[in-house]
Amino acid sequence: MTGPVPSAEHPVGLSIRGAVKVYPGTRALKGVDFDIRMGAVNVLVGENGAGKSTLMKVIAGVEDLTEGEILIGGKAVHFRHKDDAVAHGIGIVFQELNLFPDLTVAENVFMGREPLRFGFDIDKGAVVRRTRELLGRLEQDIDPEMRLGFLRIGQQQIIEIAKALAEDARILILDEPTSALSAAEVEVLFRIIDELKAQGVGIVYISHRLEELIRVGDYITVLRDGEITGSRPMEGVDIPWIVRAMIGEKSKDYSQGTGHAFGEEVFRAENISLPKMGGGWLVDDVSLSLRSGEILGVYGLMGAGRSEFLECVMAQHPGSGGRFFVEGREMREASVDRRIARGIALVPEDRKRDGLVQIMSIRENLTLSSLKSFTRIFHMSLSAEADRVRDYIRRLTIKVASPENPVSSLSGGNQQKVVIGKALMTGPKVLMMDEPSRGIDIGAKAEIYRTMRQLASEGIGIIFVTSDLEEVLGLSDRILVMADGRVTGEFQKGADAAQVIAAATPDKTKKGHAA
Amino acid sequence: MTATTATAAPAPQKINWLLLLLKARTFVALILVLAYFSFAAPNFLSTANAVLVSKHVAINAFLAIGMTFVIITGGIDLSVGSVVGLCGMVAGWLLLNGIDVGLGWSIQFNTLEVMLIVCLVGIFVGWINGTLITRFNVAPFIATLGMLYVARGSALLSSEGRTFPNLNGTADYGSSSFPEIGAGSFLGIPVMIWMLIIVTIAASYIASRTPLGRHIYAVGGNERGAALSGVRVRRVKMFVYMFSGLMAALVGLIIASQLKASHPATGEFFELNAIAAAVLGGTSMSGGRGRIGGTIVGAFVIGILSDGLIMMGVSSFWQMVIKGLVIIAAVVIDQAQSRLQTRVALSQEAAASR
Repeated sequence: MTGPVPSAEHPVGLSIRGAVKVYPGTRALKGVDFDIRMGAVNVLVGENGAGKSTLMKVIAGVEDLTEGEILIGGKAVHFRHKDDAVAHGIGIVFQELNLFPDLTVAENVFMGREPLRFGFDIDKGAVVRRTRELLGRLEQDIDPEMRLGFLRIGQQQIIEIAKALAEDARILILDEPTSALSAAEVEVLFRIIDELKAQGVGIVYISHRLEELIRVGDYITVLRDGEITGSRPMEGVDIPWIVRAMIGEKSKDYSQGTGHAFGEEVFRAENISLPKMGGGWLVDDVSLSLRSGEILGVYGLMGAGRSEFLECVMAQHPGSGGRFFVEGREMREASVDRRIARGIALVPEDRKRDGLVQIMSIRENLTLSSLKSFTRIFHMSLSAEADRVRDYIRRLTIKVASPENPVSSLSGGNQQKVVIGKALMTGPKVLMMDEPSRGIDIGAKAEIYRTMRQLASEGIGIIFVTSDLEEVLGLSDRILVMADGRVTGEFQKGADAAQVIAAATPDKTKKGHAA
Repeated sequence: MTATTATAAPAPQKINWLLLLLKARTFVALILVLAYFSFAAPNFLSTANAVLVSKHVAINAFLAIGMTFVIITGGIDLSVGSVVGLCGMVAGWLLLNGIDVGLGWSIQFNTLEVMLIVCLVGIFVGWINGTLITRFNVAPFIATLGMLYVARGSALLSSEGRTFPNLNGTADYGSSSFPEIGAGSFLGIPVMIWMLIIVTIAASYIASRTPLGRHIYAVGGNERGAALSGVRVRRVKMFVYMFSGLMAALVGLIIASQLKASHPATGEFFELNAIAAAVLGGTSMSGGRGRIGGTIVGAFVIGILSDGLIMMGVSSFWQMVIKGLVIIAAVVIDQAQSRLQTRVALSQEAAASR
């Protein structure tokens, strides 16, 4: 037992001992001990890839442990399926909402567990009545017979909580519940959490917003690279303590810069803005400038508008305003291929959805953006293509058995290198990378960092977006912080981690903190 | 580190034989039906019969080539059968009446001009399909289903349901060579077969050696990803529907020329045969996968099967049952193949990254 002493006030409802989870290629959990205390908010914090989600999936019965055990009331339990966890009173609200917008609120709450008459007829009256009771318990004035799609995101989040409570959840896991909420909705959520606590529900609260954690939490557990680096009651915890536990003293291999001088300004964005559906701005008057050979890190939380900004640059949002300049000349081109021709390249955040054509071969994916370079009028030279592909596979050290195999057969890190290779083949002056190290193992990460350094020293300007604090501090020549669609801070190399985090925290939680 | 050449272990090599067999399944099926009917149906292997069968196959093959491109982009074109009918009527109208400009005289066309105009009509219908799909976001199934009715209705309206007879052309207008399209031959091979050979080579070339072809596959494989990679998705889709329209126009011309008449009901259910040939040839309905060569072989399997069964005297009811079973079997085997292929690729890559 490494954690704090359990108090009589908050009995341990569920504990995990020596949890090890091995995925092919990585160890996501390396002997984790974790306790969930009833009637309290158990905060879990850590960077992306630290193992938070894996731990929660294990508790929710979605994933099985490789080693270790789960104890409820001192007895070992084994969840083979999500239903087993539900039967033990464990409810989970994922970050992405799993709701049906065209069904009513009540139908959503009882999806898959409809009370039946005679074993086949859904008891609609009971569904509505019990939903109304649940919403009453959550102090929500929502009509159970309303179509869910009409609700605001914050209200939908509350429906998710109601859904978990409808299963008589004694332990409720909330994964980043506030990332899509407005300030007022965050307050409502916190009130609900207080009430649930008073009713004896054990809550696991996962978030990146540190101030929010300190405010709402009773116990805190910090995860780093699959290990627990701090676990204690919330009294006396401050942001610097959390940051230290999250990043640690030792630094990963970020292959230091070659110390080359930056060149002229290669890219500039002026007053970029993108309206949000239903009012407000996804990207709010963002301006930035990038010099050749410079690595600009853009840090922020989810929903800060970072990816949307990159998408604006890549002509994905016709409704956006503002102006772009490449090498001092305004970029008026409205189509992706013309912008690529101007020297812009994007490595998207979601490899599977945006980066690759999964069923095409590695070769075809690599050259998809640059077919012109070996095409005469309309004839492609397949031998020239094969030469280029071989060259890039060697330069980026992509491990492939054959370039003709489908790209989906590669590991995450090698797939990412294919996406980067595709972008580089267009000969970009500005390379935009959205979460370039997401979902790949540490070895491949180091190689990608090295590649980025290398490209910068060759004179390419790099803008990369990340939610990984250590990465942004270790890799950037300059750091921009975004929150709520605005640039909220600019830091030079060697900035203080706590200041960067403070800049990334949106105003609404600060207001909440003051309240 | 940089193992770029396939150094597959012996184990995957063994599986590769099975994979090869599965990949060539349509070809194997073709050989099997050929061999079977050579024994079972008298005169099946005669030259005259071979030419006859090829002519039947060609009609379907043109449409199937156009359909293959459309399906690879993840769409479908249900209108081709109706467009065949419409284009036949346009050809008939032009030959019989020319275009009346309303000044007491009319413009008449020679064979080449007729062909050109009819082709433009087919491309125009494809353009409408493409515009509906890319600009107005109508699902391809619905847009082309609507066009199926519109084109058929227009064909019927053009003659009020009657047949345009005696399309022999007029020597004075230079259109007397019109029947040659369907009936003529060059170096002993029918003109329409030459047309099919040219179209097949052109389509295969587009598919494998031009950026446009690569883009067609990319759009079907992952439309979002293709768009972010700089592929002009709309343009690619416009092309495939217009190409499919062109193929339908060619078929309309050929049938009108063969029969020396055009009937507005020509081409009913042709779209289904075209889809069947493409699928039999290994085109995936979910997009991103398919080959022109496979489609041609698929069209031959279907054509030989139906002609062979007719020669054997099998009832047409049974023919339909057999055709349906062959198509279903083809897709079942196709699924097995793609599973096996994924496994082989995965094991190769796992070996390489070790």
